[in-house]
Amino acid sequence: MAGARASAKMGVCDCGPSYDGRRQRGGAFLDRLAGGLVHAMDHALDADDLARRDGLLQRLDPRVKLVGLLGLIVVAVFVKSLAVLGGLFLVAVALALPSQVTLSRLIKQIWLKVLAFTVLITLPAVFLVPGTVIARVPVLSWPVTLQGVRSATFLLGRAETAATFALLLILTTPWPHVLKALRVFRAPIVLVAILGMTHRYIFVLLESASRMFEARRSRMVGPLSPRDRRRVATATAGVLLDKALHLSTDVQSAMASRGYRGEVRLIDDFHATPIDGLALAGFAAVASAALWLQA
Amino acid sequence: MIPAFEVVDVHYAYPDAPALQGLSLTIEQGQRVALLGANGSGKSTLLQLLDGLHFADRGTVSAFGEALSQERLQDDAAAFAFRRRVGLVFQNPDVQLFCPTVFDELAFGPLQLGWSKDEILERVDATLAEFSIASLKHRPPHRLSGGEKKRVALASVLILNPEVLLLDEPTAGLDPQSASELIDYLVKCQGSGRTVVTATHDLDIVEDIADRCFVLQSGRLVASGATSEILDDEALCASAHIAHAHYHRHGGALDHRHHHRHSGEAARSSK
Repeated sequence: MAGARASAKMGVCDCGPSYDGRRQRGGAFLDRLAGGLVHAMDHALDADDLARRDGLLQRLDPRVKLVGLLGLIVVAVFVKSLAVLGGLFLVAVALALPSQVTLSRLIKQIWLKVLAFTVLITLPAVFLVPGTVIARVPVLSWPVTLQGVRSATFLLGRAETAATFALLLILTTPWPHVLKALRVFRAPIVLVAILGMTHRYIFVLLESASRMFEARRSRMVGPLSPRDRRRVATATAGVLLDKALHLSTDVQSAMASRGYRGEVRLIDDFHATPIDGLALAGFAAVASAALWLQA
Repeated sequence: MIPAFEVVDVHYAYPDAPALQGLSLTIEQGQRVALLGANGSGKSTLLQLLDGLHFADRGTVSAFGEALSQERLQDDAAAFAFRRRVGLVFQNPDVQLFCPTVFDELAFGPLQLGWSKDEILERVDATLAEFSIASLKHRPPHRLSGGEKKRVALASVLILNPEVLLLDEPTAGLDPQSASELIDYLVKCQGSGRTVVTATHDLDIVEDIADRCFVLQSGRLVASGATSEILDDEALCASAHIAHAHYHRHGGALDHRHHHRHSGEAARSSK
C-alpha cells in the first residue's frame, strides 16, 4: 500500500506483472530509495527557505548567532542543575517560535530522534549506576536507582537542549553565512571550503542518484529478490562514487581555470547593527544567569 | 599580429582512447571561431588544452606566442597572467558553479587573482546588472534553473574580462528561449574585439557566433574555412556527422529528403 502510494506520487505506472505480490516488494524497495533521496532534497531546500524567511533569529548577524548559540550549547553541556537545564530548554523553544521554527518541526526533526538515540545509550545507566533503589523492573527484578535516572535525565536534557540550539542555528542561517561566520572566527580555511563544497555537491549527487533509481525503476519488469535489492543498492553506490570522482576532477579543472592555486579566499561582508549588539548581550545574559543559578 | 593560439601536431590521449591525433590549427586574436564536430571528435579536449588544463602528449600549444606548458603554468605569476587573459565556460554548469552563492561564484575568480575587496564588490555588482542576474545574487546554485546556471557560469568567467573566451557547448540542455538569450549575451560580449572559441554541434547558432570554423573528426582537423563555406558544404557536414539527411513533410509531400543540421543534440557530451 505504501509502495503504491509512493509510486503514484513519483508518477510511475504501477501496472505490470504482480508475481504473487513480489513485484510490489521490488518496486517498493526502489520507491523507498528514490523517495528517500527526493525527501532529502526537499528537506534541505525547505531548510534553505526557512533560513531566508523573516524571523527573530533570521534578522540577527550570523556571527552573533554563531557565538550566542554555540555559547548556550556549551553552557547546556556543562550545567549541573536540572532546573537550569530545563530553563535553557525553554529559552531554546522561546527562540524557535518567533523564528518560524514550529514545535512540530522541532519534535519531528530533532526531539524524537535525539530521544530515541539517547534512550538507547542511557538505558543501561538507569540500572547500573549504584544508589537509592526507587523501583524494580517486573520479572527481571533489575533495580532502577535514583542516581541512574538522574544521570540519564541529565544526558537526555543536555542532548535535547544542545541539539535544539544547533538546529536553530542551522535552520535560521543560510549555510553560506554559517561558513563565512566560521571564517570570521578563524576556523581553518580548508575545513570551511570542504563544508561549502560538500553542501553544494550533495544536491548534484542526490539528483544524480534519484535519476539513477528512477531509470532503474522504469526498466524493472520483474520482482527483486533480497539479494538483487542489495546488488542494486551497492551497484548504484559504486556508480555514484565513480560519478563523484569524475565530478571532483572536473570541478578541480573549473577552479584551476579561474585562477585557483590551492589557497581558498573568501569575502566577509557582514554588517552588525545595534540590534545585534543587544542580541549578543541577551545571549551573554542567559548564559551567565544559567551558570550563576547552578553554582 | 601574434596569434591567440597556435596548435601544432598535437596528440592527446585519455587512458582508454585517443582524443586528438596530430591536430594543427591557428586562431588569430579577435577572431570568432567555432569548433565543429560530432560527439567524441575532440572539441572539448582541445578547449581544455587551450585553457592549460591538460597538456599535449606530443606537439605544442602556444598562447600569445608562448608555449603553454605545465612548467610555465607552475609559476604563479605566469599562471595568473594566463588566467587573466583566457576564460573557459564549461559545458556542464554544475561543474563550474561550486561556490555557495551566485555572489561568491562571481567573486571567486577575482579573489584568486588578488583583486582588492572594493574592486571585487564593484565588479560583481556591475556584472550582475550586465547579465540581469542581480536578483539571483544570494541564491545558491542548486536553486537556479538551467538557463540561469548557464548565465551565471558565463558571468563568472566574463567578470575577469578575459581577452579570450572559450565556450564548450554553450546552448547544451537549454530550452529555445534560454538558448536565444544566451546567444544574445555572447554576441554582445564579442563586440569588444574579444577572441571567442566555441565548441558546438548546434549549427543553428554558428553563423551568429563565428566567422571561421574548424571541423574536427576523430581528433583530426578535416576542414577549416569561413562559416558560410563550411555550412554550405553538405557533403562535409554529413561526413563529419554534424548534419544528417532524413525524410520530412514539405507542402504535403512526405517523401522529401535532404540534409539537416544536428541542432538540439547539443545536450550530449562532446568529449
